[in-house]
Amino acid sequence: MDILQLIYDGVVLGSILALGAIGVTMIFGVLRFAHFAHGDLMTVGAYIAFVFVQLGWPIWLAALPAIALTAVVAVVLDQLFYRRLRRVAPVILLISSFATALMLRALVQIVWGPDNQVYEKGISIPYRVAGLVVTPDSLKVLAGAAIMVVLVHLFLAHTRMGKSMRAMSDNIDLARISGIPVSRVIIWTWVFAAALTAVAGILLGMNTRLIPTMGWNALLPIFAAAILGGVGRPYGAVLGGLIIGLAMNLSVVFIPSAYKLAVAFVIMIAVLILRPQGLLKGIKL
Amino acid sequence: MHDTSNPVQAPMLAVEGVSGGYGDVNILEDVDLHVVAGELVVIVGPNGAGKSTLMKAAFGLVRVSAGRIRLQGDDITNISPDRLARRGMSYVPQEANVFPTLSVQENLEIGGYARVEDGRRQMQHIFELFPKLAERRKQPAGVMSGGERQMVAMGRALMIEPRLLMLDEPTAGLAPAYVSQVFDWIRAINGEGISILMVEQNAKQALAIADRGYVLATGRNRHHDTGANLLADPEVADMFLGGR
Amino acid sequence: MSAIGLYQYGLYFLTSAGIFGIMALALNLQWGLSGVFNLGIAGFFAVGAYASALMTGAPAADHWGGFALSLPVGIVVAMACCALLALVIGAATIRLRSDYLAIATLGIAEIIRLVIKNEGEVTGGVRGIVNIPKPFDSSSQLVMLAVVAGTLVVLYWLVERARVAPWGRVLRGIRENEDGAMAAGKNVTRFRLEAFVVGSAFMGVGGALYASFIGFISPEAFEPVYGTFLIWVMLIAGGSGNNIGALVGTFLVWLVWTFSSMLTDLLPGAMATQAGAVRIFLIGLMLQVILLIRPQGLLPERSPPLIGRRDKTRE
Repeated sequence: MDILQLIYDGVVLGSILALGAIGVTMIFGVLRFAHFAHGDLMTVGAYIAFVFVQLGWPIWLAALPAIALTAVVAVVLDQLFYRRLRRVAPVILLISSFATALMLRALVQIVWGPDNQVYEKGISIPYRVAGLVVTPDSLKVLAGAAIMVVLVHLFLAHTRMGKSMRAMSDNIDLARISGIPVSRVIIWTWVFAAALTAVAGILLGMNTRLIPTMGWNALLPIFAAAILGGVGRPYGAVLGGLIIGLAMNLSVVFIPSAYKLAVAFVIMIAVLILRPQGLLKGIKL
Repeated sequence: MHDTSNPVQAPMLAVEGVSGGYGDVNILEDVDLHVVAGELVVIVGPNGAGKSTLMKAAFGLVRVSAGRIRLQGDDITNISPDRLARRGMSYVPQEANVFPTLSVQENLEIGGYARVEDGRRQMQHIFELFPKLAERRKQPAGVMSGGERQMVAMGRALMIEPRLLMLDEPTAGLAPAYVSQVFDWIRAINGEGISILMVEQNAKQALAIADRGYVLATGRNRHHDTGANLLADPEVADMFLGGR
Repeated sequence: MSAIGLYQYGLYFLTSAGIFGIMALALNLQWGLSGVFNLGIAGFFAVGAYASALMTGAPAADHWGGFALSLPVGIVVAMACCALLALVIGAATIRLRSDYLAIATLGIAEIIRLVIKNEGEVTGGVRGIVNIPKPFDSSSQLVMLAVVAGTLVVLYWLVERARVAPWGRVLRGIRENEDGAMAAGKNVTRFRLEAFVVGSAFMGVGGALYASFIGFISPEAFEPVYGTFLIWVMLIAGGSGNNIGALVGTFLVWLVWTFSSMLTDLLPGAMATQAGAVRIFLIGLMLQVILLIRPQGLLPERSPPLIGRRDKTRE
């Protein structure tokens, strides 16, 4: 296959993974656990947007209620389950988030059924740019991801809550000592992560299609991206996402495309063994 | 002695018969200590004496199983650290005392979030106290040298204009040139009226600038006197100051 | 249902419960005894099932193997394959913290399923493998139940002996206090790896028996919900760290699961796939509730439980 095309598609995929990975890495950083339900939050976001698209809303507008409602779901999950379980033992959170993943996926399947859905029916004519096949949807993905990354940067670098989140991710004990309102920051972290993951889900649905397992299938590459970038490092997650996306796409030159997932996995294991703090020196769990 | 429950006369900090530690094991046994407003009080003693533990107990980081801790008369025993920060108590831990990926300025800003009013003037004041920080305000705190990091850590703690500043071994691991500079800063901060409680391994230099000192060993009070007297006492020097 | 139907269903229920019991005991060895957080059970379940199926089945055009060997041989091969796989994976990952180990083991299980789906020439791909022979070539359900029950008893005896033996006590010490164990000179990595490998081998046994029991396997049977999650629910509900607890939990959760299946069977056909999702949702919710109100399970360990301790220093 054309290498440039693979690279382009890899960047598109990588952008989606990056958005998911930023959320996961901040949850790792602030809450110190691997949120296994993160992929399925993506799915929830994608399907909520689907509801509004079916009502005739344009996709970018449908993203707003999707973000809001996914954030509500995430905060409810935290207050209902995770908040109480944090105090017991960290491992329980893993099990609980795994159960949550299954529950969310099951709910989506109950409401919308197991079959494929799409935001827009029909085929859109792709552009040809410098020999590349560039679909309008892929451009929307890149634009959407870029906008989100800019918003993330503004939030983390210039708002009080954003800096508090980064501080908690850096050094949770010192954050508490400094008087940071820890419970409030935690809730905001869920809102932040959920917003990103809802958009990631919508972009994924745009780029491919909607199916109840869409988020779960992306979970492993998203974890890989977060770990590669350095756990707790949001800019690392962007970098990690792009690298994983590129690696997954370029791998088809060497191995059957069915094993793309394995590529993400191997990179993740290599990072965990050789340089566990990742590219941008993340926290140690 | 002071009436510790009357806010007018109450010392800035009163530790009364405190026992406590991690889990079920007590490291501190029936420790008494107080800091009068405006004082600079030092805690010294051999390794493992429980000095840091005592400070952490005062800041709600270590469980107090018996006794009381009061801040200007208010009972603050076992209150969580973030609430104490909002009451005007600041604590600088010995290790991991900055936010490494945040810039110097952001570290200070974080310190200021517990404030009610705007913190910019206080930040300016801190930059005057530590001019080197002003030069490096945009650099991440994690890449700074030990001495610079100590400045950032203390600056962060000073942002709330605390009534009481607690320092855990502020000169630990620093080059000798920085050590005396740190003690100069501490004296300057104290000179502004901020009460300071400090654990120090560099006992001689610490006691030299202290109003009073406590010697702790195996989790209990051993000696208590003015800084000058403790320095002059040969028995104290031999047993607890390592002859320094 | 007729009396005979009920009897046959009862045998089916007990046999499948027995197989899950084997899986739960194996997980208890890894997690309950040694603190190894394995989210990839389905992978070993699958490897064991496929290894045995390929060894014991008749030759077929659409997959590899077909050596028509006896079930005991199939079980041994299953154990060997799983042990080897666990050794390779464990060498790379056993030192990881629980969060990372969970992700890694989950990833392994997903990749195993990918390989099974895609290497159709070896594994039969999505079509699966059919006509997997029963023990002693007997079509009697009782014989199958007897074989499963017998294996379960043997494995239970083994894990109980292991638990009270010095090996088991070291593992428990490592689980309680890893730094302390290291200070005492124990090679923590080696012990945990051993627990991981042995537990995985036992999961292979479960897989082999499963293949023979159902007679047909395909990648769908080893999805994370059935092959991993359900077993975790069983162990937690029954009591991690406790082998009897593991078996009690298995029985009860399997009861709830099959009962819910009977209920949803009553729903109209159009809702059939949704019914599956409803059951999954309910079992997930059940686990959350258990974690919130009784994480130590029905029969907690006698010594300090692995989970269920209140850690007051966290938020």
